[in-house]
Amino acid sequence: MTEQTLSSTLSARDLEAIEARKREQRKVLISSIFRYIILFAVGLIMLYPLIWLVGASFKTNAEIFSGAGFWPRSPTLSGYVEGWKTSTPYTFGRFFLNTFLILIPKLIGTAISATAVAYGFARFEFPGKKILFASLIAILLLPNVVTRIPQYLLFREFGWLDSFLPLWVPSAFAGDAFFVFMLVQFLRAIPRDMEEAARVDGANSWQTLIFIVVPLLTPALISVCLFQFMWSMNDFLGPLIYISSVDKYPVSLALKLSIDTTEAFDWNKILAMSVLTIAPALIVFFMAQKYFIEGISAGGVKG
Amino acid sequence: MGGENRFMGLAYLSPYIIGLLLFTAVPFVASFVLSFTDYSLMSAPHFVGLKNYIKLFTGDRTFNKSLSVTLIYVFSTVPLKLAFALFIAVILNYKLKFINFFRTAFYVPSILGGSIAIAVLWRYLFQSGGGHEGLVNMALMAAGFEPVNWFGDPTNALFTITLLRLWQFGSAMVIFLAALQSVDNSLYEAAAIDGAGKWRTFFFITLPLITPVIFFNLIMQTVQAFQEFNGPYIITKGGPLKATYLLPLYIYDEAFKHFKMGYASAIAWVMFAIIMVLTLIAFWSSRHWVYYAGDKRS
Repeated sequence: MTEQTLSSTLSARDLEAIEARKREQRKVLISSIFRYIILFAVGLIMLYPLIWLVGASFKTNAEIFSGAGFWPRSPTLSGYVEGWKTSTPYTFGRFFLNTFLILIPKLIGTAISATAVAYGFARFEFPGKKILFASLIAILLLPNVVTRIPQYLLFREFGWLDSFLPLWVPSAFAGDAFFVFMLVQFLRAIPRDMEEAARVDGANSWQTLIFIVVPLLTPALISVCLFQFMWSMNDFLGPLIYISSVDKYPVSLALKLSIDTTEAFDWNKILAMSVLTIAPALIVFFMAQKYFIEGISAGGVKG
Repeated sequence: MGGENRFMGLAYLSPYIIGLLLFTAVPFVASFVLSFTDYSLMSAPHFVGLKNYIKLFTGDRTFNKSLSVTLIYVFSTVPLKLAFALFIAVILNYKLKFINFFRTAFYVPSILGGSIAIAVLWRYLFQSGGGHEGLVNMALMAAGFEPVNWFGDPTNALFTITLLRLWQFGSAMVIFLAALQSVDNSLYEAAAIDGAGKWRTFFFITLPLITPVIFFNLIMQTVQAFQEFNGPYIITKGGPLKATYLLPLYIYDEAFKHFKMGYASAIAWVMFAIIMVLTLIAFWSSRHWVYYAGDKRS
């Protein structure tokens, strides 16, 4: 924009231009105000239920239904204390432990297998590459529903039912095609100079992968791990199908169990435990927002 | 890479290839074969020909109901979600103060996504009747409206699930936003010089340029919507009167509650066929409406 300079002698045309400029500015202002109104309204709808949830977890049962306000009148920790105990012989601590026992091997398996496979796709030519890459896209589009029943029968044959193996193993075989796809996209955007230099210096492809590619890939790998963390934390159907003993339940199943076993009266317990189960995801999200947004824009995430 | 064995790439892909065969390709074929059998896990599956499919289409009222509910759900949720995500992305694409705060805030519900905690929360937010009104009804009453029977009424129950998924428009929004930001500014300047107004600019420049991303979001959201399980399973348990008994719930019940593996596979395959047909229509039609400038996205 050019600066408007006011001289003492203004022609009619200048005045008109100033008027037009003012009108333009007013239009921009009105449109900004309009945008803010929409953003605040939508923001309220987006966040208020979550904020309310946190407040309600400190309320008594009676108060939860007495008003839409956030602040508890007489804050109590009883929802947390009682909810943590659960109606099972185990506390929520056990269910959190199980959740992380499912999550950690899954994350490690995903990170290693997706990196290796993406490296193979992005840096090598080999017979069948096109078809294999097409299969990756096909898996992205294939609804899980179709393969779920035979997978269940397969894991049953293996004797893996009621263990964490059905949840771990497919991830270790690069089963989450989306992550491979994301890393391939990312690798394609990285120049190969450093890798070629390493090769000239006598490094084999393994060494190149570990010492050159992985460090370059770190931001993308963080995105992958974050998404896998979120999705695994949120996964419900997987554990529902494969895990049958309560002592192996992750938090998602434990929460479901708590709404089945307690009737309308114990809602503050359930809400308190809901807060706890979404807390890890929220904390991780706020610590690493930029990786999420970058990860999504890089590959276009489902979810 | 020079000098390397041409099968080196395949070596790196070996986990993927094993996984592809073991966990996707073989189960994919097996599921199709199973759909022509009766299999209750107790004895070996036995071949029944088209019996499962004939029963689905002629004698199964639950299936009819479940299928129509699923189609209503998908065809209402997906367009609403995409339109809303695009609308918000356009607003967020302006330079305003605190814009990053809003971008983050709008994405938070999507991150919590399909978590059971959020489904539970939804159940309480929309609670009604019995002297216990949830947050939404309290807000309605405060504004002078009658409380709504969200889950008890079959027409409202499905809509409540739709609202939950609309609330999670964040990922679609971020993808739209990334696309909007990559639109070349000179095109807008040229349009402004030509005297095009806001709406014309949006419909004749912005929209055509982001059609690849609209297409991508459309496909992904559709495939995802067909698989909706957590919401209705936790919030409405498929009811009332099967008003939210989406196909994945039916498949789950048949397979893992009643152990009718063959019949459940047949339902899964009907659903898959519908998704396939819709995807193919989308791909076929995309030639007429998706505009690829250069070769940016595949």
